[in-house]
Amino acid sequence: MASTYTPIATTTLGSAQSTVTFSSIPSTYTDLVVVSYAQTTASSGSPSINMRFNGDTSAVYSMTQLYGDGTSAVSARVTGQSFVYFANIPNTSASAWGSGIGSIMNYANSTTYKTVLSRSADATFYTIARVNLWRSTAAINSVTLYEGSSGNFSTGSTFTLYGIKAA
Amino acid sequence: MADTFIKIASVTVGAGGASSIDFTSIPSTYTDLCLKFSGRCDTVDNINITFNGSTTSYTTRYLYGSGSAAASASASTQYVGATNASTYTANAFGNAEIYIPNYAGSNNKSISTDSVQETNVSTVYMVLDAALWSNTAAITSLSLAPSSGKYVQYSTATLYGIKNS
Repeated sequence: MASTYTPIATTTLGSAQSTVTFSSIPSTYTDLVVVSYAQTTASSGSPSINMRFNGDTSAVYSMTQLYGDGTSAVSARVTGQSFVYFANIPNTSASAWGSGIGSIMNYANSTTYKTVLSRSADATFYTIARVNLWRSTAAINSVTLYEGSSGNFSTGSTFTLYGIKAA
Repeated sequence: MADTFIKIASVTVGAGGASSIDFTSIPSTYTDLCLKFSGRCDTVDNINITFNGSTTSYTTRYLYGSGSAAASASASTQYVGATNASTYTANAFGNAEIYIPNYAGSNNKSISTDSVQETNVSTVYMVLDAALWSNTAAITSLSLAPSSGKYVQYSTATLYGIKNS
């Protein structure tokens, strides 16, 4: 049987830190999946885990989201961003942890812009479905994740990058 | 090269239905769990989850669409999603994917669920759910159950283990 869901890299934080980077991503897969189990060291709020490809900090990312806060459902869109909104994470106050699952389709092609489809589960703040676009035709060879409120990810936060092959 | 999306166990409900679908003796050797569910209930339209036989310390926050509107709600229950109920179009089953990262770790557990109903009426629901089980024990068993009634024959659930190395 073909091996089609293969861990490329994983990091479990032994101490709080703000950034995790997966570099030298091989081009041999069809799609990528990023999975996070994380918490912010902040004591309030639900910051986002932001993502960048190939270290690109230019304003070429856009995002549409549908989210629920337990009271109402809202859809919103932002353009001209310098990062992907991947997932939101709980703070330390409730000892809660959140999960994020994102798919990056056809990441290694050099013809099309890249799309990220993700869902985010923070039971203390938001449930979110998102689509992000990176307006670049470059093949993705690195993925950087960072805590979006200028804080840190808590010790024990885990981030994993999987490769999926179509054949 | 590692093959990391591995079936741990699969259950298909037999004639007479089942009030719960249970997975026991889940090994701790994986990183995450992923449960795929195709089901229909003979009464209500929900999926509730139980870990390690514990019925306490669950919270849930969900986002749902009915076909005409979107809304959000939260509760301190074991609810994780929706499935088809007895009044729905015959032979139509709902689907759900339940993802549980770091299930064997020593922090509280996060659960992410994407579930859908479908039937030939104007109002049916799709639900995206974020749940938290505030318990630091490793998950060694889990059960899916409706809040009342049974999952009908041919409802299926398959539990996969995912390794990150």
